[in-house]
Amino acid sequence: MNIPENLRYTKDHEWVRLEGNKAVVGITDFAQNELGDVVFVELPVIGKKLAAHDNLAVIESVKAVSDIFAPVVGTVSKVNEVLTDSPETVNQDPYGGGWIAELEMADSSAVDGLLSAAEYEALIKEKA
Amino acid sequence: MQDQEKKTPLYDLHVASGAKMIGFGGWLMPVQYTGILEEHAAVRTKAGLFDVSHMGDIKITGQQAEEMINFLITNDVTKTAVNQILYSPMCYPTGGVVDDLLVYRLALDEYILVVNAANSDKDFAWISEQAKNYHVQVKNISDKVAQLAIQGPRAEQILQKLTLTKLSGIRYYWLQRDVSINGISCLLSRTGYTGEDGFEIYCNAGDAVGLWKALLEIGKPDGLVSVGLGARDTLRFEAGLPLYGHELSETISPLEAGLDKFIKLDKKSFIGQEALREAVNNGITRKLVGIEMVGKGIARAGYVCQQFGRPVGLVTSGSYAPTLDKNFALALLEGDLAMAGIRLDVEIRDKPVEAIVVKKPFYVRGK
Repeated sequence: MNIPENLRYTKDHEWVRLEGNKAVVGITDFAQNELGDVVFVELPVIGKKLAAHDNLAVIESVKAVSDIFAPVVGTVSKVNEVLTDSPETVNQDPYGGGWIAELEMADSSAVDGLLSAAEYEALIKEKA
Repeated sequence: MQDQEKKTPLYDLHVASGAKMIGFGGWLMPVQYTGILEEHAAVRTKAGLFDVSHMGDIKITGQQAEEMINFLITNDVTKTAVNQILYSPMCYPTGGVVDDLLVYRLALDEYILVVNAANSDKDFAWISEQAKNYHVQVKNISDKVAQLAIQGPRAEQILQKLTLTKLSGIRYYWLQRDVSINGISCLLSRTGYTGEDGFEIYCNAGDAVGLWKALLEIGKPDGLVSVGLGARDTLRFEAGLPLYGHELSETISPLEAGLDKFIKLDKKSFIGQEALREAVNNGITRKLVGIEMVGKGIARAGYVCQQFGRPVGLVTSGSYAPTLDKNFALALLEGDLAMAGIRLDVEIRDKPVEAIVVKKPFYVRGK
């Protein structure tokens, strides 16, 4: 299972990459594997203000509909339009081209409360 | 509940091959092996092998077997020949559906009903209750029988490599008994639930592992892969085939589901006949239609259909259709909306998303 060291994670199997005061969000390799073939991604509107755990996006695989939550409080500053026509990118490159959205944070220390790679790995092992 | 779920004879093989297992109809079944889209495409273009041993098998024998079965189902079994197969709904007196099933006519006084896994016990109880009035024996032989399905354009050529029986001689919805496949005695029928050509193979539960392995091995050069319930659902959905619990149920009549050609109102008395006749005379108020999504989103079972903000029906099944690369749905709509070209919305996460009524099935295989 691929869990990059440089990212932060949530219990909902999302990853966060900190870039200054921006947080780029996606789902983990474990999550895309559990979901199976992703066939639709509903992206948020740019400028939408979100509290932590608010609905950020929806990912649909052939069989399941999954809510993606905002890992931190912030305002949507970018969305990955590629996923509209190529939702399978989430499966193929979950930590790269499969990113979902970018949040602009007023306080980037919110990311500190998220899981480290080691903590997330332990969480998955517990589940399996 | 997990530990009470039943396992088919192939369970260990599925787990060893890395399949994702899920609970379905009281059984632990493979939902996918490598991926639903890949497995779906294999069946449409080459061939797929399914473990469908969860299906129920109810054997009915005796002098009055034909008469009783004809009282149980809406279609007319008296019109079938020995070795022929009949699809039919089986109704309650209300016209609601107990189950939809296949009748295998093995002899004039010997039949096997192949029923949905989740309904197997309910069906057996229902049939046994009706059987009290007839000289028949009813046996639930589900645990003794394993069922595999090989489906796809290359199904026949692959299966032919393991048998001397001339498969081209078995026509659509006919069966042949005592067919030796790789030395294993099977009942073979040209049937399936995918919209492709193919066969369903019934054997003793103890022979299933050997048969599965032999088929996968001989079919490998032709692209045969194992296929789970996930792709089985998307395949049947594209082909417009109803799934009990979605397009058919105790509260959805076969008339509403558009199964008119499997209802023979003019045959001798059968359960549900009066209710169905009345529904025909009065006109049915809702009808199963195909819907293509125009806006972005996937309609899922239970979502509300609306027109100008007014609710007009419910989605029964909805999915991305892999062969067509579009999102479709089956929905029960108010009767006068059941016309291709009618525009409506499907409510997805509190937002109306544009859709249009289209002809079903969504997919028809080329000849």
